[in-house]
Amino acid sequence: MAFFEGVKMTGGYGTGPDIINSCSINVNRGEIVSILGPNGAGKSTAMKALLGLINLKSGSIAINGKDISKLSPQDRVREGISFVPQTKNVFAGMSVEENLEMGAYLREGDYQNIIDEIYELFPILKEKRNQLVGELSGGQRQQVALGRALMIKPSVLMLDEPTAGVSPIVMDELFDHIIKVKRTNVAILMVEQNAKQALNISDRGYVLVTGENRYSGTGKELLNDPRVRSSFLGG
Amino acid sequence: MDFLNAIILLLNYIFVPALTYGSQLALGAIFVTIIYGILRFANFATGDMMAFGTMVTILITWYFQSIGISLGVLPTALLAIPFAIFFMIGYMLFVDKFVFRYYRVNKSPPVQLAMVSIGVMFVTQAVVRIIIGPSDRRFFDGEKFIIKAGEFKEMTGLNEGLAIKSSQVLTIFITLILVSILFWFLNKTKTGKSMRAYSDNEDLALLSGIDPKRVVMITWIIAGILATIGGALYGLDKSFKPFTYFNNMLPIFAAAIVGGIGNPFGAFLGGYVIAFSEIFITYAYKKFFMYILPESMEPETLVQLLSTDYKFAVSFSILVIVLLYRPNGIFKGKVL
Repeated sequence: MAFFEGVKMTGGYGTGPDIINSCSINVNRGEIVSILGPNGAGKSTAMKALLGLINLKSGSIAINGKDISKLSPQDRVREGISFVPQTKNVFAGMSVEENLEMGAYLREGDYQNIIDEIYELFPILKEKRNQLVGELSGGQRQQVALGRALMIKPSVLMLDEPTAGVSPIVMDELFDHIIKVKRTNVAILMVEQNAKQALNISDRGYVLVTGENRYSGTGKELLNDPRVRSSFLGG
Repeated sequence: MDFLNAIILLLNYIFVPALTYGSQLALGAIFVTIIYGILRFANFATGDMMAFGTMVTILITWYFQSIGISLGVLPTALLAIPFAIFFMIGYMLFVDKFVFRYYRVNKSPPVQLAMVSIGVMFVTQAVVRIIIGPSDRRFFDGEKFIIKAGEFKEMTGLNEGLAIKSSQVLTIFITLILVSILFWFLNKTKTGKSMRAYSDNEDLALLSGIDPKRVVMITWIIAGILATIGGALYGLDKSFKPFTYFNNMLPIFAAAIVGGIGNPFGAFLGGYVIAFSEIFITYAYKKFFMYILPESMEPETLVQLLSTDYKFAVSFSILVIVLLYRPNGIFKGKVL
């Protein structure tokens, strides 16, 4: 049994049609798992289902053996699941340090040592600690977003397209940061458009098509699978 | 000597009154801007909520006066304000629970909430008029002036007198203290920061575990404090007439928008921008020019750009100009 898993999840937005169908995803601590697939495959929806942002018609979600299917997103955050949305993932009108403090909102007591750890992980943030996040570059903002999500010391970190809209160099840098986070024994689940690069750093991957699991395997297996290559990786 | 007289004239008729009026507007504008930033709607009941807070202050003041409590040289109303604040906070939370909450839970669009606030405005207005009536009331007691015009003239030997009313000093003093506490709260405390975070990015605030119910409650508590103090200070300085409070909503909204709506510091400065513009434009400068110009050039007319009856046109024009050329305000608020 995996550390964090969604089993046979089915559901969609509001009363609309089902977007994911009997979709199963799991991730262990210290592992990076990517969810890939064409546009409209339900990648982000699957992630939102795991976080509780959409209501499931069937299926269950468990962390560390504990069923959390009925918990609200806020309560899931308390269980140690952190989420970085694709857009609007920082408090643009607040300083870097304030963003991190807000990430630690649920933590009781002193969290200065966690802020220091984040600064060690992302040195650039220490330099810009008092600057407004809205004034930072795209890559730096993503680091703030990651930092904010790490402030609760999550056991599971979910990233929705962390490299969307950043340049290739910044993308590599961000992936490096994500690997560093993984080494702190966090389970990382991410949705990615840049499939090749994502699979390169992933331990495992899932390919979703129309809301269902189509292929799954280790990053290497998927990269070398001719069917996956031809349909999603561009040959 | 004439030059000094001219300066005293401007101080007496423009600077001191505008600073006072600006402080009163600033409190209202911060009220508007905080509600807009956090609850995301334009609260048209602002003016009447301030009237309500003032009415409660007046009623408590009367009670204190009837049992013989007074603050000596200071107005008794100062003693009544804390009690009125408690009452007002209760009123705000009551209105939120039975009116606004329903629309917030159903995620109604901001326009709908603004319309709902107009309903609240009518009801509040009616309640105020039923309880205390529509007429003009003065509830200032204690020592009226800190410096009287006559004394000032004697002291300095100038032709022009500078009169400073204690209500003016009180207004400016209390506003500065209140606003400093508010900014300290918003910028330095965890709860204050969580309110700013909620205003900045609601979804992410929820994902960070910030409790929306708590944020909304504290917003209304702050609103109750601002409405009562802002309204009571205005009433002490001028007089209490419910209709005037309703009218004041235009300059208050103008101040909030000039400063950048959703930005409390902008609203604070916006209050002074509106007050100074209104008074600068509607003041009759004849006497001022009589002091500084040689006799041959003395103006024949009043040299008044706009009659004081049209003072609302000033805030309205500023509002239109800001919305046309800088819709997010001077200090970067949200774009309307």
